[in-house]
Amino acid sequence: MNALNIPQGSTAHSAYSLRPTLPEGEERRTLAVLVRNEAGVLARVIGLFSGRGYNIESLTVSETDHASRRSRITVVTTGEPAIIEQIKAQLSRMVVVIDVHDLTMEGPSVERELALIKVACTGEARVEALRMSQVFRASVVDTTLKSFVFELTGAPDKIDAFVELMAPLGLVDVSRTGVAAIKRGPDPM
Amino acid sequence: MPREMTGAQIVVQALKDQGVDTVFGYPGGAVLPIYDEIFKQNDIKHILVRHEQGATHAAEGYARSTGKPGVVLVTSGPGATNAVTGLTDALMDSIPMIVLTGQVPTFLIGSDGFQEADTVGITRPCTKHNWLVKETDHLADTLHQAFHVAMAGRPGPVLVDIPKDVQFATGMYNSPEEAEELPYNPRREPEDDAVMAMVEMIETAERPILYTGGGVINSGDRASALLRELAEETGFPVTSTLMGLGCYPASGKLWLGMLGMHGMYEANMAMHGCDAMFCIGARFDDRITGRLDAFSPGSKKAHIDIDPSSINKNVHVDVPILGDVAETLERVLAKWRARGAQTRRDRLAGWWTQIEAWKAIKCLTYKPSKSVIKPQYALERLEALTRGRDRYITTEVGQHQMWAAQFLRFDEPKRWMTSGGLGTMGYGVPASIGVQIAHPEALVINVAGEASFMMTMQELSCAVQYMAPVKQFILNNERLGMVRQWQQLLHGERYSHSYSEALPDFVKMAEAFGCKGIRCTDPADLDDAIQEMLDYDGPVIFDCLVEKHENCFPMIPSGKAHNEMLLGEASTEGAIDVSGSVLV
Ligand SMILES: Cc1cc2nc3c(=O)[nH]c(=O)nc-3n(C[C@H](O)[C@H](O)[C@H](O)COP(=O)(O)OP(=O)(O)OC[C@H]3O[C@@H](n4cnc5c(N)ncnc54)[C@H](O)[C@@H]3O)c2cc1C
Ligand SMILES: Cc1ncc(C[n+]2csc(CCOP(=O)(O)OP(=O)(O)O)c2C)c(N)n1
Repeated sequence: MNALNIPQGSTAHSAYSLRPTLPEGEERRTLAVLVRNEAGVLARVIGLFSGRGYNIESLTVSETDHASRRSRITVVTTGEPAIIEQIKAQLSRMVVVIDVHDLTMEGPSVERELALIKVACTGEARVEALRMSQVFRASVVDTTLKSFVFELTGAPDKIDAFVELMAPLGLVDVSRTGVAAIKRGPDPM
Repeated sequence: MPREMTGAQIVVQALKDQGVDTVFGYPGGAVLPIYDEIFKQNDIKHILVRHEQGATHAAEGYARSTGKPGVVLVTSGPGATNAVTGLTDALMDSIPMIVLTGQVPTFLIGSDGFQEADTVGITRPCTKHNWLVKETDHLADTLHQAFHVAMAGRPGPVLVDIPKDVQFATGMYNSPEEAEELPYNPRREPEDDAVMAMVEMIETAERPILYTGGGVINSGDRASALLRELAEETGFPVTSTLMGLGCYPASGKLWLGMLGMHGMYEANMAMHGCDAMFCIGARFDDRITGRLDAFSPGSKKAHIDIDPSSINKNVHVDVPILGDVAETLERVLAKWRARGAQTRRDRLAGWWTQIEAWKAIKCLTYKPSKSVIKPQYALERLEALTRGRDRYITTEVGQHQMWAAQFLRFDEPKRWMTSGGLGTMGYGVPASIGVQIAHPEALVINVAGEASFMMTMQELSCAVQYMAPVKQFILNNERLGMVRQWQQLLHGERYSHSYSEALPDFVKMAEAFGCKGIRCTDPADLDDAIQEMLDYDGPVIFDCLVEKHENCFPMIPSGKAHNEMLLGEASTEGAIDVSGSVLV
């Protein structure tokens, strides 16, 4: 994908984007779902997606307001616009759901993901891996004579690109948190 | 004031405070404390069913015929899993129902304890919401919230799973007023703009149709009354889905009959040819739309629905109106009247001329017979002999269900109980009992097929126990008729397993249950036999042996458009093509 032809509704902000282009007519959207954090809430949301055949590209959840027991779920999903509208309607009618926001459509937002990336290599490859990590501003959180664990935060595309670069250098494992997203500017969500 | 009680007492008190008079249930180890409390009181009547599925359908019948939620009480494990079909049925048909299940004690949860099942896990996709209550102090609030969720917005089933130790332990009881409210309040009042857009559509429509559904019944009697006002004052034709029958009277002059796959020719043609469609509490189900890209191609569509996910789900609409039917119609009528109650009367007359021409096809015509009872004839006679009585009809699922929808006429809402969305064979027998319990004096008839009937017929033992004089009117074709019809149309007349080869003698069976059994095989005897059934003060099994190979028409074959309807004994050869044959 080229930075000049990123379709509207895509989360891709980077020319490095390695994600396959979506099928014709489909869009990628990031939804922020505010829920009451009661037992089984995540199973409910996931069950809605699997039961109705919706896609989940990424899903993160954590309690964000401990006093009122509210959790925020960030879902990255893909589908035709009518399906995405259906997903939002299905989510918003759930008893546990307080609010649903389509961050992709509601003006600019920031998306970040954290990844831990393990690379095992020696010699020239090891030097190259470390050099790359500096370019990407990844930090080294664990090191042995034969390996590194890098911590990298950024937009999903940036992490994709880094992982791709590590592959020939001895990539062992990747652990990613999934996308956390928030609206830019002073307004909530 | 909050009071201290045991969990079991809290359950019974909460039911009383919610105005529950009847519970359909079946006991077992994990609900014994609650049954003990039920034993000690007389305000709530408990109906002992013969299978938990029966409890759920009986509760659905009770709910649909009263407008109040149905309540079910069953034990853990198999009791809960047996309730799954009824929960799913209620979810599909928007029936408010509260199912209380017992659970193994909290300290055994997760240990594969005796009769343990992950009830909230199993029922999560087939309830509007469900709860596992782990502390007695939370029980009262949860129960009150469960009633609220079942009834608020689009009604539906909920489940509360109550471990046995929570039933024994003491906790504080809060009354409905004291209970913590759940912030779940779906919007009922429509936006003014949407109301205005609908009013303008009414004023400019040249070929309108009111496409009404179960949501009108869900919304309450006021919604039906307002719909009638709207229809009478505009002169717009009215059709209903299977779930909406009775919201507009079948005796009304604007009535076109049911629409959809087995609906009336005039209703479907009017849907296809209209320029303004007003969908009121219906959900564009695939039985209605047929081939989506050919569905009512030239019309502007308005849709009143309380559930945002129903709007624009299958069919894109021009005027979405999120709100309750009654609340919306009230505003629409007020606004429209205030602006002079205008319609394109000049154009409506021509539209009605067209509709009358479609009506003249007489799509329900069937070949009469003097030697065998045609199922359509049996229903025509049942209709004639019960007309004018306060009559409640339930059905099973199959051809007989469609014929009942075509040939029986409903003038009031809440008189027609059928499994529409899930199409659950076995719904009708217990549903008829639930209706009868709610309306002890009324005439309650279950129009059944013999195969469906056999799925839940053990509930007749329940009918006898509670002296519920339900009439089981079986159109016995000794076939899984609807399946046989599809095999004829789709599978080269290879009737794979659609015979009922070893049927019981239903008359003897009736007697064994303590009911009255009547068999009728000759059209000449039919009126007398039906009269005998109606006159009998007690449950009756009426075994009406009908033509075995009758097909249900009209029919829109799967994958076809409304104007490609099959009529009468038309040639059905190749009626369903390859793309249609994958549809159900
Ligand atoms: C063998 C078989 C054949 C069938 N053939 C046909 C057929 O030919 N024709 C036919 O019509 N059906 C047929 N059905 C039934 C069909 O499957 C659907 O169940 C039915 O069409 C749905 O009815 P409905 O659109 O009225 O929606 P319902 O299922 O009754 O849903 C009600 C709608 O109203 C909304 N609503 C609820 N409460 C309110 C409120 N207070 N205010 C506003 N909106 C509200 C809900 O959100 C929902 O969208 C058949 C079923 C079977 C088993
Ligand atoms: C529980 C269940 N199993 C299977 C079906 C599929 N099915 C739909 S109609 C039908 C035949 C019904 O036969 P019967 O009750 O005799 O009614 P008829 O069609 O002959 O009037 C079957 C098997 C169903 N709807 N429900």
